[in-house]
Order: sequence, then C-alpha cells, then structure tokens
Amino acid sequence: MKDHFLLAFSNLKRRGLRSWLTMIGIFIGIAAVVGLISLGQGLQGAINKQFEQLGKDKIIIQSKTMGPPGTATGKLILTTKDLNAIESVRGVERVVGILMKSSVIEFKDETKINFIIGINPKDAQIFSEMQDYKVIKGRDLRDGDGFKAVVGYNNLIDEKIWKRGVGIGSTITVGNVEFKIVGILGKTGDPYNDAAIYIPKDTLRNILNTQDEEDEIVVKTQEGFNPNDVAKSIERKLRQERDEKEGQETFTVQTSEQLLNSFTNIFNIVQGVLVGIAAISLLVGGIGIMNTMYTSVLERTKEIGTMKAVGAKNSDILQIFLFESGLLGLVGGIIGIGLGIGLGKGVQYIATIALGTNLLQASITLPLIFGALTFSFFIGTLSGILPAMQAAKLRPADALRYE
Amino acid sequence: MKNENIIELKDVCRYYRLGNTEIKALCDVNLEIKRGDFIAIVGPSGSGKSTMMNLVGALDLSSKGDIFLDGQNIEHLPESELAQIRGKKIGFVFQTFNLIPTLNAVENIALPMIFHGVGKEERMERAEEILKEVSLTHRRNHFPKELSGGERQRVAIGRALANDPEVILADEPTGNLDTKTGLEIMKIFVNLNKKGKTIILVTHNLNLIKYVQKVLKISDGKIIEQKKVKQHKIK
Ligand SMILES: Nc1ncnc2c1ncn2[C@@H]1O[C@H](COP(=O)(O)OP(=O)(O)OP(=O)(O)O)[C@@H](O)[C@H]1O
Ligand SMILES: [Mg+2]
Repeated sequence: MKDHFLLAFSNLKRRGLRSWLTMIGIFIGIAAVVGLISLGQGLQGAINKQFEQLGKDKIIIQSKTMGPPGTATGKLILTTKDLNAIESVRGVERVVGILMKSSVIEFKDETKINFIIGINPKDAQIFSEMQDYKVIKGRDLRDGDGFKAVVGYNNLIDEKIWKRGVGIGSTITVGNVEFKIVGILGKTGDPYNDAAIYIPKDTLRNILNTQDEEDEIVVKTQEGFNPNDVAKSIERKLRQERDEKEGQETFTVQTSEQLLNSFTNIFNIVQGVLVGIAAISLLVGGIGIMNTMYTSVLERTKEIGTMKAVGAKNSDILQIFLFESGLLGLVGGIIGIGLGIGLGKGVQYIATIALGTNLLQASITLPLIFGALTFSFFIGTLSGILPAMQAAKLRPADALRYE
Repeated sequence: MKNENIIELKDVCRYYRLGNTEIKALCDVNLEIKRGDFIAIVGPSGSGKSTMMNLVGALDLSSKGDIFLDGQNIEHLPESELAQIRGKKIGFVFQTFNLIPTLNAVENIALPMIFHGVGKEERMERAEEILKEVSLTHRRNHFPKELSGGERQRVAIGRALANDPEVILADEPTGNLDTKTGLEIMKIFVNLNKKGKTIILVTHNLNLIKYVQKVLKISDGKIIEQKKVKQHKIK
C-alpha cells in the first residue's frame, strides 16, 4: 500500500506544466469552495453573535417595505398608536419605538450623509441590552436632553468619517439644527452602527415634522412567556388595530429567533448557489484529471507492461494509478486551498477597507482545510477510476509491444 | 520430486487476428527445457521468437496447446496467479531495458519485490546485494537517464534477479549495445547460468551463440533445428 503510494508519488514529479494546467478547474473550484465557506462561516458567526446580543426575548415589528427602515410611507408606517396597542398585549414587558432616518450631517466644513437614530433617553438602557450600544466616553442621553447627541465610534476617528474626528463637546449639525455631542459609543464593527448618530426621539420628530411615526418597534417579552406566542398575540392585536386582513398585513412581527432563521435561510440559499457554481468548476477539474490520467496511461503503456512483467497484479496497477490521480487532486486541493484562503482574506480586506465592515471575516478552520483536502483527494481518485481500470486491464504482451 | 524439465511446451500455437487474416506466429511447437539450461534462440525477424518468449514467460496466452512451468500448466490460470508466477519464477530482460524512469537504480531493482510483498528492510538489503552483484554500487542513486546503455541493462538484469527466479528470459538483451558492452552483459548471463539459473536468450548476434550450451532455430513459427553446441569461455 505505502509502496504503491510512493510509486504513484514518484510519477507526479515528472508531470509537465500541461497536466497541471488541465487542473485549473480543481484549483478554482477548491479555492471558491474554501473562500466561500470561510467567509460564510465568518459571516454566520458574526450574525449569530449579533443575535445573541439581541437576546431571545425580543420581538421586532417593522412595516413591510422593500427599502431600508425609514422609507415607509402613508398608511404603511407604524405609529405611536400601534406602539400603545402593543403595550397592552399580555406578555409584553416593554416596548421601545425607534425612529431612523438618513440625513445630511455637517461637522466643521464637511458634509456627510448618515443614519440618525431617534430614541427615547429612557430607552437607552434597553437599547444597550439589545445591541452593541455602550458609551465609552462621556455619557448616555438622558431625559431633558434636547439637542444632545451620542455618536458611533467612527465619528471619533480621524480620516474615518470626518477628517478630524469629533470629541465630547463638539457640535454637529443635523438638517440645520445643531447638536452637542455628549457621548461616544464603543466600536461595534458594523459600519452603519459605528457611523450612526443617536439623538432624542422627540427632537428628531420636531426636525422631521412628524407626529407619531415609528420606524421600528422592539418588544421585550416578560419572563415566563414564550416570545413566539407573544408575537402571535401582537400580530392579532395589530391586525385589529390597523384593520387589516390576515395574510395582507402591512407589517411584520418577528421574534429574534425567527429573524435569525430567516437570515440563515437566505444566507444558506446564497451560499448553496455559490457552492453549486464552484461544484461545476470542480467537475471540470475532475474531467481535467481524467484527461491527463488517460494520457499518462497511454504514455506509460510500456511501463505498465514492464511492471506486469515483473509481477504487478492488475490490482497493483489500479492502485498506483488511483493513488496518482488522488494525489493530483490533493495537490490541486492544496493549491486551491491556498488560493481560497487568499480569496477569503482578500474579500475580508476589501470589506474592511472599502465597506468598513468587520462582519465579513474569513474564518479558516481546521475542519474546513481537512475537509477540502479530503474532498480534493476524493475527486482526484474518482476521476482516476476509469483510466486506472484501463491501465490495469492492459495485457502485458500487448503493453510491452506498444511504442 | 522435482520435474527435470523446468519448461515444457506441448503443441503450442499462437495466432494473431488482424482483420480477416490470421497470422500464425507460432505453430505446433514442442519443446523441453531442462533446469540449468543455457539456450539461445535464433531466427529471422518475424519468425516468432518474441512470441515464444512471451508465452513461456506468462506474458501472453497460447491459442492452442499447453505450457508447463516447473510442472504447472500456466495456460489456464487466472491473471493474478500469472502475475505471481511472472514475479517469482521468471526474470525478464528486454532489448530496450524498460527501466522505470522515475526510480533510481536501486529502486528499479527493488520493484519486483514490492509486487511480491517483500518488506522494505529485506527489500533494500537484497537490492543492495544485487547492486553489488552487477557491479553498480557506485550508481546506486542514479536514474536511468543518467546511466549508459550497458549500465541500464545491468540494472535490468539486477531487477530480473530480484525475487531469485529460476528462469531468466532475455529477448535480444544486447540488441541496443555495442559489441564490447554486449559481451560484458553476456558474461553476466554465463555467470548466472553457472550459479544454476536457466537462461533463454533471443539473439541476432551469431557471435554470441558460442557462449551458450544449446541453440534453437526458429523459422516461420516452427522450431527447425535444436542442437547442442560447444560452450566457449568469454575472455
Ligand atoms: N500483437 C500482435 N498482433 C499481430 N501480429 C503480431 C503481434 N505480435 C506479433 N505479431 C506477428 O507475429 C509474428 C512473429 O512476431 P515476433 O515478434 O514473435 O517475431 P520475432 O521473431 O521476435 O521478430 P524480431 O526478431 O524482429 O523481434 C510477426 O509476423 C508479427 O508481425
Ligand atoms: Mg522479437
């Protein structure tokens, strides 16, 4: 066994550039699989972490829109009336309404567009329970704050958003209204969160000139209640309240678990499609291996005859050629993994630099690497079966006559 | 009790089909070869010499007749047993050396032992011994393309000796070598024969047949003459 492996290995060394070129499919396929899975694992991990932070007891109500939060119009929007209705549902401990708008923001003589989030200062506590919202400098918003703001971490850093970062006491202008910065939040890694500006909800309402709009309503379930049941009750209540028929709601009610599941589902579909495309590349690579193996069976016909003449059984020849094609696959896999790690890290780098997100982290784990190695060896071996069988059944006298 | 004849051919024929025509490469051959014989097979090109060697060496199966190797009929055995016989009982030497280019001298010599299931340690020990026997210890790690024709053929002979077979079949082993080198190779065969190996040699070089004990003439697939000759010494 081991000796057959070594024989096969010695054959790899004489392979020319051409036979490696036919394996480009394996390189690309494995690289794509490794890159995608590493990024996928990283992304999944990051999403899981965020949901962990959100907590299982949360329920999120949004209006059904295609665009980002805050773009709902007319009857579609959620209102304070809805919020109050939800408050009366059994099992609801607290209800928080959030207002989100993108707006022009000025600091010194620079202008940027960013998210403004309006929260009730008394809700800041529950807010920090749900996501990475932690004041690391200065203080949180509090009751009575009118034109004060707490800003995301990136606002503080030079060259991130502003040429010179803001500080406690700096003044920024949101739609012609000046706000004084009283607090700075810790880094979350999410570029939207890290850029966002939090101001009191009432102030934002005044600026926007709206009365009762809510962009997102977050519910904290009372202990002892199943969030799924509470979500159902909320849905029923809101349907009644907004006079909508079942199945035609203009709002969605999702527990954090459901939200995670729907994320994961979409995510799996996308990943599945991408891996499917990579599989085509692997198929092409496998055919490439099969092709070079057939060529080497032809080229080495006389050698096969010689080995049989010195006592090689059909199974010996079969093994040698299977090992060789398996090894070809493995080498392709090693190169592919190298490329794949490069790909994953490259995407991570670009995501960090260009998009400013650290959500896309290439997570390269040992099971991933070993899995890819095993898989590429397997593909190689599989592709070698037919050529190896052809080699094994050559008749020694004929093989030796072959020129 | 051991059979006196190491090889016996009984009414052996080998036909090749080429389209609609049938080529009778070998026809009703009867032959007995004794243990320790040193035989040269001669005959014109295409007369069937290689065909006969292949049959005797279990590389090919006859169309008719029986071939006995050490008393065992080898015409009705499964391929795996034939492989065993080729590996254990017979050593082949080819005109074109047929070394494995990716293996060095000592590895080429050890190759038949791999297929015979000899463990690594014993294998290498024996290969080194053989390497000494064919005077190639200094070429131990050289690959075939780094060796001269004569050296390659010595490696090939070494490989034929690996599993210590009783019979050595050499099909024109000096065909690709100059006269002097050919004579050196011939010397090795003479010595091996003295140590008891049965050797069958196909050759076109009539200068070499004076060093063997028996000459077999083949023409048109038939043995037309079989005679003992006076064996000369190689100076
Ligand atoms: N595989 C084959 N298919 C068809 N014909 C073959 C095959 N092998 C040998 N022959 C024919 O059988 C005849 C004998 O061939 P063989 O190789 O035994 O001759 P030979 O005596 O060894 O000749 P040489 O001295 O040239 O090596 C030739 O006519 C050859 O063409
Ligand atoms: Mg011949």
